[in-house]
Amino acid sequence: MSQLASTNGTARQSLTARLARWRRTPVFYPLIGFIVVFFAMAMINDNFLTSSNLTNLTRQASIIAIIAVGMSLAILTGGIDLSVGPVMALSGTLMAGLMVAGVPPVLAIILGLLVGAAFGAFNGVFVAFAGMPPIIVTLATMGIARGLGLIYTGGYPISGLPPEFAFFGRGTLAGIEMPILIMIAVYALGYVLLGHTATGRYLYAIGGNEEATRLSGIRVSRYKLLVYTLSGTTAAIAGLILTSRLMSGQPNAGVGFELDAIAAVVLGGAAITGGRGMILGTLVGAMLLGVLNNGLNLMGVSPYLQNVIKGLIILLAIYISRKRAL
Amino acid sequence: MTPLLSLRHISKSFPGVKALQDVSLEVHAGEVHALLGENGAGKSTLMKILCGIYRQDEGDILIDAKTCHFHGYQDALDAGVGIIFQEFSLIPDLDAVDNIFLGREKRNRFGLRDRAGMAREAHHLLDRLGVSIPLDLPIAELSIADQQFIEIAKALSLDARLLVLDEPTATLTPNEADQLFTIMRELRQQGVGMVFISHHMEEIFTICDRVTVMRDGEKVDDCDIPSTTPDDLIEKMVGRRVENIFPEYRCDTDHDDVVLDIQALRLDTGGPDHSLKLHRGEILGFAGLVGSGRTELVRGLIGATRPVHASVQLEGKSVKLRHPAAALKHGIGLLPESRKTQGLILPFSCCDNITLNNLTQFRGGLPLLRRSQESRTAAGLMEAVRVKAPGPETPVGDLSGGNQQKVVIARWLGHQCKVLIFDEPTRGIDVGAKAEIYALMKELTSKGVSIIMISSELPEVLGLCDRAAVFYQGRIAAELEGSALDSQSIMHHATGGLSS
Repeated sequence: MSQLASTNGTARQSLTARLARWRRTPVFYPLIGFIVVFFAMAMINDNFLTSSNLTNLTRQASIIAIIAVGMSLAILTGGIDLSVGPVMALSGTLMAGLMVAGVPPVLAIILGLLVGAAFGAFNGVFVAFAGMPPIIVTLATMGIARGLGLIYTGGYPISGLPPEFAFFGRGTLAGIEMPILIMIAVYALGYVLLGHTATGRYLYAIGGNEEATRLSGIRVSRYKLLVYTLSGTTAAIAGLILTSRLMSGQPNAGVGFELDAIAAVVLGGAAITGGRGMILGTLVGAMLLGVLNNGLNLMGVSPYLQNVIKGLIILLAIYISRKRAL
Repeated sequence: MTPLLSLRHISKSFPGVKALQDVSLEVHAGEVHALLGENGAGKSTLMKILCGIYRQDEGDILIDAKTCHFHGYQDALDAGVGIIFQEFSLIPDLDAVDNIFLGREKRNRFGLRDRAGMAREAHHLLDRLGVSIPLDLPIAELSIADQQFIEIAKALSLDARLLVLDEPTATLTPNEADQLFTIMRELRQQGVGMVFISHHMEEIFTICDRVTVMRDGEKVDDCDIPSTTPDDLIEKMVGRRVENIFPEYRCDTDHDDVVLDIQALRLDTGGPDHSLKLHRGEILGFAGLVGSGRTELVRGLIGATRPVHASVQLEGKSVKLRHPAAALKHGIGLLPESRKTQGLILPFSCCDNITLNNLTQFRGGLPLLRRSQESRTAAGLMEAVRVKAPGPETPVGDLSGGNQQKVVIARWLGHQCKVLIFDEPTRGIDVGAKAEIYALMKELTSKGVSIIMISSELPEVLGLCDRAAVFYQGRIAAELEGSALDSQSIMHHATGGLSS
């Protein structure tokens, strides 16, 4: 059979082989799902397939999409990070507060990002070195980060930011909106990290079998620390975009974002138990959520019903992906 | 007299393995019947068939001369068969009372759980065993010996007519074991038949009336205890001719060329200081029973668990091995006992499994991996260890046990390892793949690698090892080499040196 195919033409055989390989990657079914939902929305709404709507949709999805990169790393190693929403809000309000206090925007941004990374590292220390379950650690720091943000702002939004700061949320570079550009950059880095570096391979290995990875001589704890630090950092980047877009630091921003980010990762084909997933899948998952939000809004579906529909679609997607894994 | 239990011509196969071949066994009321055999001889499989956990392919189970068809453990319980499991069947978070009556809870007249009644009975059962154990603590907080007693009490509470005791004394002190024997004698008076599995010859000669010896899934012999001797039984147990699957070559240990010198390795506070020397190019066997502390020692050595105190020299230099990564850097690797849970990343391909701890060598100037070079190297290593797989991208989960083990071996060939530790390298592997793995190990030693092999299979230790350390209850009981390395002396030391 394979001999026959090779005499008929290697090109065709390699195409089917490549297709078969594609089917096995975790991103295959999410991509099919995305295409189906995308075209369904395009057929239902005349206004869906316009360039301004698609740009809008992508920009709106970019914040969850960026948070979901860090979440992907955590889930890939068999963990989770529930603290991303409050960390995002804390970093954003800190940037705003520092700028209002007269700190130059560049320095304020760097400090805000560092605080996000530090918060992630704080999670990582407890998960990696104290061996505590990530869901408990990040549940606790979720409350801590939210509380610190509220203490810092007194509960009120911080406005009066320098106009040049709006660049990150509202500006464009080479004709592309900054939030989208930043999102692409974060995904490019995530793609290289996971797909083409030793560190990325270790993260998959830890999720696949932590004990085997450790016994093979990989310092698992260090890589876990790195994962949570990066997750805090991507949350802070999302905080930068949101604060710049709104031109104010919102201490209550990002409620429920951790759930959207987890949904994006899982919709993207990653296994919630770790070891399986692709960063491109997460992008597809985040965009799928974006298309649903946008499309249902255009259809005039009530926000209450939207939650129900989104929940059902997530259930269905995970049911299919589990059936496939078994 | 009709026997209480009669197992007739039982055979059982698992995929690729003949576990039991035409085994018959009779136990009379009021008899303690010892079941003796090496690990893997088929004792546990036979007992699981008796208890309805497995179903035999051929043969009959007769209780009081009536044929029984067990479809599950519950059926066996209803027929009066109780078992004390080797691996505990207790729920760690429940207390003693709830564990003893799990699934058979007593109810009061309102249909509610009769906790007081159950506690009274549990207290009574433990009194009979002569132990006092707190009844309201989660049993995870009790000592292993206490847990064993609860397991025994649970079996006693069944009022079984036939009781299977699968290595019940492995975790008990001699005094506690004596207490158990008193109970067993009492039960014998009451006409209960018992099957007793133990590796301790002394216990078998203390308590048992008859013995059945098994080897390789077949019954070798059965006889009355007074008419036999421990040495006689050991010979029957291990007397298999060693198949010619071991490589011929054997090195002459150069006692001056010490690679690894464990001067003192203490695993627990208050535990013994282990000391051991490993010479260049030798295979040192770690023999002993399951749970005798062999795996714990090597895990402590490479830093997978943190020892209390470690003073270790590698090629004359003092080394600190605090983490498997440190061991790897010094050229010491562990191939763990369970391939699937400790050795392999199952979702990974063969290639990714093999290169897992060599990845840095595939980096160029940037920290990016060169995939094609990685794949070539993995393919080369797979050929070196003769993995039978379509290619390096094959998921490792698709391979047979033997080929999976070869993948684990290949992972360590990419390093200049000085010491490799194989923990039960051939467990669950067919004979052909075993021979290949033995040949690989010999090949490694001819290149100057020193090997520690933990093995519970005597023929393997005898056929492959240049020397052997025999473990008994967490200590190295003896180091044997040359003509002193034979099955009799290994069994002698592995069972506590009490057999002759």
